[in-house]
Amino acid sequence: MFTVNPTATLRLGLWVILSIAIMTVDHRYRYLDGVRDVLSTAIYPLQYLARLPNDVRTWLAKNLVGRDVLLEENARLHEKQIFLNAQLQKLITLEAENRRLRSLLESAVNTPEPVLLAELLAVDFDPYRHHILLNRGRRHSVYEGEPVLDQHGIVGQIIRVDPFTSTAILITDPNHALPIQIDRTGVRTLALGTGNFQELELPHIPNNEDVKVGDLLVTSGLGGRFPRGYPVAKVVKVEFDPGSPFAHIVARPLAALDRIREVMLLENKTDMPKSSAPAMVEPSTPPHSP
Amino acid sequence: MNVPRPGGGEIVALSFLLAFLLSAIPLPGWLDHFQPDWVVMVLIYWCMALPHRIGIGVGWLVGLLLDVARGALLGQHALALAVVAYLTLQAYRRIRVVPPWQQTFSILIFLLIKQFLVFWISGVIGYPPRDWWYLAPALGGIAMWPLLFVILRDTRRYFQIS
Repeated sequence: MFTVNPTATLRLGLWVILSIAIMTVDHRYRYLDGVRDVLSTAIYPLQYLARLPNDVRTWLAKNLVGRDVLLEENARLHEKQIFLNAQLQKLITLEAENRRLRSLLESAVNTPEPVLLAELLAVDFDPYRHHILLNRGRRHSVYEGEPVLDQHGIVGQIIRVDPFTSTAILITDPNHALPIQIDRTGVRTLALGTGNFQELELPHIPNNEDVKVGDLLVTSGLGGRFPRGYPVAKVVKVEFDPGSPFAHIVARPLAALDRIREVMLLENKTDMPKSSAPAMVEPSTPPHSP
Repeated sequence: MNVPRPGGGEIVALSFLLAFLLSAIPLPGWLDHFQPDWVVMVLIYWCMALPHRIGIGVGWLVGLLLDVARGALLGQHALALAVVAYLTLQAYRRIRVVPPWQQTFSILIFLLIKQFLVFWISGVIGYPPRDWWYLAPALGGIAMWPLLFVILRDTRRYFQIS
């Protein structure tokens, strides 16, 4: 049967104790960030290599298209450009008017934030955590808590920065909460992640509140981490249960969280002095269970 | 006369490197659920083939790298892989004498233990698995084990690593 080697058992015990020790330290404190930095730099070439076949395929698909396809696409983009320009003209006057009104009210003027483009590294993660790995890191002056969005809406925020990469938590992660506002009525609340890419929960809205299916949710800017007024989700389900004090409201994120390839990092450092608290705590994350 | 040479370390390292690459490549559609744990399987193989050289310490270090690559808690995979290496070291004498398809039974148990450990720790820090798909990589793993075993064995024989 098993020929148990006592020294092997002893060694296993030591390694297990060491694992538990560093897991505890990594989970509770931030002393091991340096170690993670070094290891993640060592492993970066691997992640780059793993992405290479995919990149080559995309590159080939981009470069081996016919002339007619390109011409057609060009025409379509041209049309869209004209259309967008027309809309933009309206927006410019609106923005000027808004700024004038805000200065009349003596409130802070919204200035557009600088944006950094980042790509997803095609790396598999734990499927029950909605974390993504981006190809920008401390070297590109990414910082912890930086908002991440795509062209449709808010995607998440950065929770860990390594020298060449960074990890972002998506708004649908079960441990993420986002301060939002219903655009139509101005009601402020929190949108909690559910672990499902298509669903956010709004658990703190009373039964008698005015919420309809199709309502747009935007960031409220409270908490200081996300800038104000960016679209987040659309309400898809509203259920009023007379037996419970709160309505059951489900919203669908506007950003295609399970299909994104490119995201934007929004520099939003101006609002608040950077706190030394860990990133997760800020937008009212539920406390970790012991 | 035939003294085992301590060479071949770079081949072992290269096999781990390839395993890392393989597991980082996403598979299409539902197949992705079954993406085998290549790194764990390669570790089991080397623990079986070279029990005097590859063991708990190597398993732990590889696991730590896996933690960094997957963005998991530092030590999560390290713990699981150290345990798997330990179990393999205890049982390698009986596993490596049977044909690869019979080995899959033992391998399945090792892979399941690894998944249980990793997701148990995830559960402790507040990310419990939501369905049973997390056991699927073990099934994908045993489907690929005979192939992996033959490839690694032939590689080891070709380079005469012992």
